[in-house]
Amino acid sequence: MTESHYAPRPGDFDPLDAAPQAQTVCRPPLSRVQATWQRFRRNRSALISLGLILALLLFTLAGPWFWPVDPARQDLEQISRPPTLGKVALLVADDRPWHGSTAEPPPALPDATALPAPTGLTILEPATTRSVRLRWEPVAGAAGYAIYRSERPPADRADLGLPLGETWSGNEVGYEDRLQLEDRSYYYSVVTSDGFDESAAFAVVEVAVAQGITLADARSRGLVGPDAAIGDRVRLEAHPLGTDYLGRDLLARLIHGARVSLFIGLAAPLLFVLLGTLYGGLAGYMGGRIDRAMMRVVDFVIALPFLLFMILFKIAFGIGPGESGVLPMLVALVLLSWPSSARLVRGQVLQLRHEPYVQAARLQGAGAPYLIRSHMLPNILGVILVDLTFAIPSAIFIEAFLSFIGMGVVPPTPSWGSLCNEGMNTMLTHPHELFFPACLISTTVLAFNLLGDGLRDALDVRLTEGT
Amino acid sequence: MLKFMLQRLVSGLVTVWFIATATFLAMHAVPGDPLLNDKAVPPEIRRNLEARYGLDQPLPQQYLLYMGNMLQGDFGISFTQQNRRVNDIIRAHFPVSALLGVAAILIAAAGGILWGALAALYRNRLPDRLIMLLVVLGISVPGFVFAALAQLLLVNVNRWLGFTLLPVAGWGTPAHLVMPALVLGLGLLAFLTRLMRSSMLEVISADYIRTARAKGLSPLRIFFRHQLRNAILPVITVLGPAIAAITTGGFVVELVFAIPGLGRYFVQAVQQLDYTVIMGTTVFYGAFLVLMVILVDILYGIVDPRIRERGHD
Repeated sequence: MTESHYAPRPGDFDPLDAAPQAQTVCRPPLSRVQATWQRFRRNRSALISLGLILALLLFTLAGPWFWPVDPARQDLEQISRPPTLGKVALLVADDRPWHGSTAEPPPALPDATALPAPTGLTILEPATTRSVRLRWEPVAGAAGYAIYRSERPPADRADLGLPLGETWSGNEVGYEDRLQLEDRSYYYSVVTSDGFDESAAFAVVEVAVAQGITLADARSRGLVGPDAAIGDRVRLEAHPLGTDYLGRDLLARLIHGARVSLFIGLAAPLLFVLLGTLYGGLAGYMGGRIDRAMMRVVDFVIALPFLLFMILFKIAFGIGPGESGVLPMLVALVLLSWPSSARLVRGQVLQLRHEPYVQAARLQGAGAPYLIRSHMLPNILGVILVDLTFAIPSAIFIEAFLSFIGMGVVPPTPSWGSLCNEGMNTMLTHPHELFFPACLISTTVLAFNLLGDGLRDALDVRLTEGT
Repeated sequence: MLKFMLQRLVSGLVTVWFIATATFLAMHAVPGDPLLNDKAVPPEIRRNLEARYGLDQPLPQQYLLYMGNMLQGDFGISFTQQNRRVNDIIRAHFPVSALLGVAAILIAAAGGILWGALAALYRNRLPDRLIMLLVVLGISVPGFVFAALAQLLLVNVNRWLGFTLLPVAGWGTPAHLVMPALVLGLGLLAFLTRLMRSSMLEVISADYIRTARAKGLSPLRIFFRHQLRNAILPVITVLGPAIAAITTGGFVVELVFAIPGLGRYFVQAVQQLDYTVIMGTTVFYGAFLVLMVILVDILYGIVDPRIRERGHD
């Protein structure tokens, strides 16, 4: 083993003149918000949910501007339509009385059953849903005619369908039908009568009834210009999501319903989370006997059967069944929901109070405002945010539930819940009236749930970075 | 343990008293007149009616009367249904709701525990993804939409089969119970599945599972005796709130499926402003829910000794 001798040279103990070769920070430091956003961005479903929620807010706020249809206007030509671009209707003259067609009176014959059926049964004007005018040739010996309408071809004399009316003389050979006509084919039958009995023979004509709209009606609804003439074809209002049982535009109703549903869904959680945070924060910060007393109140309010008291509150506000009460619903929701947020925040604050860094700050003489601002708030803000995100879908659910059982928002004010309630009645024949509002509720709730999951994961440093 | 139970019982009683008082005050804050009808009532009949319902006395007296009657288990007489006692209404219709609720909770608990455990075992693989997708759907779709869809499905299935597989609405036979209970339990099932999955995931990576595996226990035995039993604990804690959710969810299901349960009666009473029935059913439901929460607490104390040693809080 050779010992190497070290011979110091001058300059060995002088400081280096080069820059220190320590680790260099090549990216700017991330703030907490930035770091959270980076983690959040990696969660694809949460990101999609955020986009969905933004789209929904746009739908609600800007919707009436893009789709300025009155949600209460009834389009009686288009009732319970599935999504439609609008029917084509024939412009007809305004309603005017019709005195029918008359012919020379023929001599009477004794036997009614032997009377022949009228011939030449035809329609006089284009048949529309406004009116169908029938005309036939007079029968010798007739004292009147009976007119029937059926939706299918009559099989025999007993199968003529709905008796529409009778004419009271043999020369009255015209009839106008205006009874709840729809745009479909009808079979009109005319039977000769001698004034007491009807003949066994009948004449049938098939009439294809077109959708009609009077000129005045079309003008007042702004469907045609000033130069429109009778006989023109006009397109009725388009209903992209169809209409409900009163012919009201479903899209417009959903937009206006969203304002009610989302207002309650957003405003109530914001208010009660804020209230709960203040209450719980105070209780946790004070601690001791005050904390115990304050939490006793929370225990009581939490024990109340929630939905029963929502209903009770609504009645107590003097809002009877069948009346809308958006504001009372909001107040009741806030009054009954804050305790869970209070519990959550109190727990967090209690835990934080015992953290070494908080105690260190306190030992150094930090006051309450400083402690709350720089230690408590930043640390519980994430928890509050997640709580808020999960409170929103449940508030939307509660509004929908109450409106569904008729204790929340009721017609004519639309809300998603009351729209579901209405859609339920026509579910079997017109499922679109239930489908669209139900879809919107589900999508919204789903989006907020996924957003909440994403936020929780992004804010929970333990999950993503691992300790 | 006895002290723990007594503590819970006393606080439960105070809660019920609080509910009763709040209900009383809320109902007396209602503007208008409970006897207000479309018909004008002669003054002497009106006086008789007021005396019958105790409305002619001052408020504190009415409160004492109401609490006294309630202590004896008497909820009074219905305002809208002549001569029908609220107790009779509850006695006749609560068993229906209870049967429906128990069936729904059984379905939800069994399904939730099973699916949640399965999802955890297949973590991040196809079965897990599939189950969690269904869970997200179950949590996001409102109960009344499920009810409507179930009816639509039944109508079409029955029509297609040519005979009634399951009745679309009504009550009376076991077949009538199947669909409403399924619909009622669905939301809770989804919630419990999620809870069970996360609790199972925690258990799976626990040390004692590794030990059990190292000892050479069969996977089935580990699953049933070690994993499932420990993972079920959080499911029991949420059973209390779950019963409350099932109770109110029952309102909708009873309405949609035309089941003569207490929930439907309550909604009807609210719509007709039947004061005594509203107060009676609210207090009854409140007391019932408080009792259930206490029972769940005690059950939890029995299952998990750590809880009762820590006492309440």
